[in-house]
Amino acid sequence: MQANKLPALRLTILAIAALLLSACATRQPYDYAAFKEARPTSILVLPPLNNSPDINATYSMMSQATAPLAESGYYVFPVTLVDETFKQNGLTTPADIHAIPIAKLREIFGADAGLYISVKQYGTSYAIITSETRVTAEARLVDLRSGRQLWAGSATASSAEDDSNSGGGLIGLLVKAAIRQIVETISSQGHVIAGRTSVRLLGAGRPNGILYGHRSPMYQKDGMPAQ
Amino acid sequence: MNFNRCAKPGPVWLAGLSALLLSGCVTRPQPLYHWGDFQAQQYAYFKGDKGPEDGIQALEKIREEAKAQGRRVPPGFQAHLGLLYGQTGRTDLFEQNLQAENLQFPESSAYVKFLLNKTPKPQSNPDASK
Repeated sequence: MQANKLPALRLTILAIAALLLSACATRQPYDYAAFKEARPTSILVLPPLNNSPDINATYSMMSQATAPLAESGYYVFPVTLVDETFKQNGLTTPADIHAIPIAKLREIFGADAGLYISVKQYGTSYAIITSETRVTAEARLVDLRSGRQLWAGSATASSAEDDSNSGGGLIGLLVKAAIRQIVETISSQGHVIAGRTSVRLLGAGRPNGILYGHRSPMYQKDGMPAQ
Repeated sequence: MNFNRCAKPGPVWLAGLSALLLSGCVTRPQPLYHWGDFQAQQYAYFKGDKGPEDGIQALEKIREEAKAQGRRVPPGFQAHLGLLYGQTGRTDLFEQNLQAENLQFPESSAYVKFLLNKTPKPQSNPDASK
């Protein structure tokens, strides 16, 4: 009896171990087939949808989307001019802008791809002992030539994290090194955290992240995340 | 080619390994562009914190820094600068900076064309052109 039980037990333990390990080691790999086929060179960042109560979220996110994408090797359309162009055409809300037919966007901007960002959380929650500022956002990259979705992802960042390791990967380091923040004059904490979220969301070389663009030395060398 | 070299420990192998490890520290990859506080300038524009003149001064300074260091300014930089010039009524510098954006980033050409066609140009006087 004992001899019969043991192998079964061992098998169970093995199965559990395999299950646990697989949870750590393998994440569902992102299917980049459409992305690799399309290889967009230029990205039009549309004003992000804002699902948070903070009215600053849209432009805070939009103004910090350029650096991670550009350092990843893409041409990024000037977000301020893009916003003005929409306004001059009577489109003032992100929801209206996200509903513009892609053919129209392609015609005006000549962009290969459009980036549709949605801010899910933006702000500070106050608790008795501590307060936390968190910014969470999702993004979809859509080919403006074919209408196909090339990539989608989400990211979050919080003030409660250790500041020294903001987890932005290589692009995160580059952006951090490259950008002078004038925190005290222009920003609230939310804006700073949004910058971190943006780097995590839009920097290439991260697991399941966006691929490097043609202006990066890492172009077409994806698959080996440079961490 | 001696494919077995890696397998046996020796000075060459060690040197290779230490070079690999050290390179992680020494060669820090260079950002593609010189940013200054360009993104903060764009945020300030969105928030209406500053007038275009302040933005122009800040951006021209960043462009000079970039030039001095032999670095490039980021995508959208010169177009944003052009926008600011346009708002101060200097349509010549609006156009000039958009053309500079187009030259640096040909990906922008369709949009630049769109913007330049839309902007009512002050009827240029051929006699006054330099």
